[in-house]
Amino acid sequence: MRIQCPHCGERGSEEFLFRGAADPQRPAADASAEAWSDYVHLRDNPVGPYNELWQHQHGCRRWLVVNRDTTTHEIFSVIDAANRERVA
Amino acid sequence: MSYSFLRIAREALRGGTGWSRAWRDPAPKPQYDAIVVGGGGHGLATGYYLAKEHGLTNVAVLERGWIGSGNAGRNTTIIRSNYLLPGNEPFYEHSMKLWEGLEQDLNFNTMVSQRGVLNLFHSDAARDAAARRGNAMRLNGVDAELLDAAQVRAMVPQLEFASTRFPIKGGLLQKRGGTARHDAVVWGYARAADRRGVDIIQNCEVTGIRVEGGRVLGVETTRGFIGSAKVGLACAGHSSVVAAMAGLRLPIESHVLQAFVSEAIKPMIDTVVTFGAGHFYISQSDKGSLVFGGDIDGYNSYAQRGNMPLVEDVAEACVALLPQSSRLRMLRSWGGVMDMSMDGSPIIDRTPIDGLYLNAGWCYGGFWLVFRPHHRPQRGARAECGDAAGPVRQRCRHR
Repeated sequence: MRIQCPHCGERGSEEFLFRGAADPQRPAADASAEAWSDYVHLRDNPVGPYNELWQHQHGCRRWLVVNRDTTTHEIFSVIDAANRERVA
Repeated sequence: MSYSFLRIAREALRGGTGWSRAWRDPAPKPQYDAIVVGGGGHGLATGYYLAKEHGLTNVAVLERGWIGSGNAGRNTTIIRSNYLLPGNEPFYEHSMKLWEGLEQDLNFNTMVSQRGVLNLFHSDAARDAAARRGNAMRLNGVDAELLDAAQVRAMVPQLEFASTRFPIKGGLLQKRGGTARHDAVVWGYARAADRRGVDIIQNCEVTGIRVEGGRVLGVETTRGFIGSAKVGLACAGHSSVVAAMAGLRLPIESHVLQAFVSEAIKPMIDTVVTFGAGHFYISQSDKGSLVFGGDIDGYNSYAQRGNMPLVEDVAEACVALLPQSSRLRMLRSWGGVMDMSMDGSPIIDRTPIDGLYLNAGWCYGGFWLVFRPHHRPQRGARAECGDAAGPVRQRCRHR
């Protein structure tokens, strides 16, 4: 699997650290225990395209949002996590 | 038809013309007392024990492909009960005892081989942890032996003992652990369940779960609607997908775990060796192949194949532990899709929907626990295995 880092170019996935789902929104600090439990534990875990966080650990060390198919491993888009809201 | 030596002898003389199919191929009935979704080890065992222990024979086990085509056919066949926590150990030991009587119970040769499972350790701290685990096992009446380096060397002399990074200081041995023939387990349970009247329905994919007023009514399948007031899900790897059909969101991610076999060689390892420091374990099949594996690839995946970096990682660990394996060729590798639960614990429980039961989240440890449904784990097991009050209500959410 090769990931197109927006800063470093195309690199092997072994340079990257996988963090997990990119979509869950962190609850407010005073949110209920249930909301926090959902955020920490529950996942959509879809078959197909999935937004996930990868860090280019052995490169620029930036956090990236990778949209990747969980069945074919095809990667549709990679953006720097800092640019995410501007893009979305 | 019961299998026995006399039967084999008779069929040998008759040219094998008297064998009949091991289980029926029934069309789905419109209504069952219980439906189990998933024809792997867990689903078939559930069907079998529902019939045997609970007298519930109007039961169907539905399988999308052919039985055992998922993780039951993709694991590395190890059985063991070397767990630490009080909630885990009696539960896994119950399963181990089932393995020990399984062939007689099923009248099927599942090739259970209690060749031992040896967990190596490489530091004083790891020895302390192994001793603690072994003591916990023995407190639960399970066999465990702490071996020093000389004892490990006498048992498996071909390991790399002189490694400077991970010198072998000893190992924790469970002699009753070992391996079983994974396909035979599937076939044995299917045949035994079928003989008790359970319908094993293959090529029948569940495409929806019909729920009305908070109660399950049955499942939509590629072979039509099948009704039942009780539906159990045992589709590890795809648990999230199937549970989503009933509107449930689970604390699970699906990950791919690879396994490997080498070309066949003469007998070399007569036990199961795990090299936890290198995320590696190995045994040898009856055909002579070394069977080994390592860590999960580490990203969400429903593909039953992994990527190259992990292949390299596992090969490195293999050579580090067994230097002579560097000249072996790898014959095959494959991947299975694991339900990785967020806390590493499985879920066997009711769900917020009446009549819908869930068996999921086994991580990479599902094979050695073909379990008996409704078996009450001993006190203390609840935190791990399910509480009568319904922890799934706490661990998954109905949207």
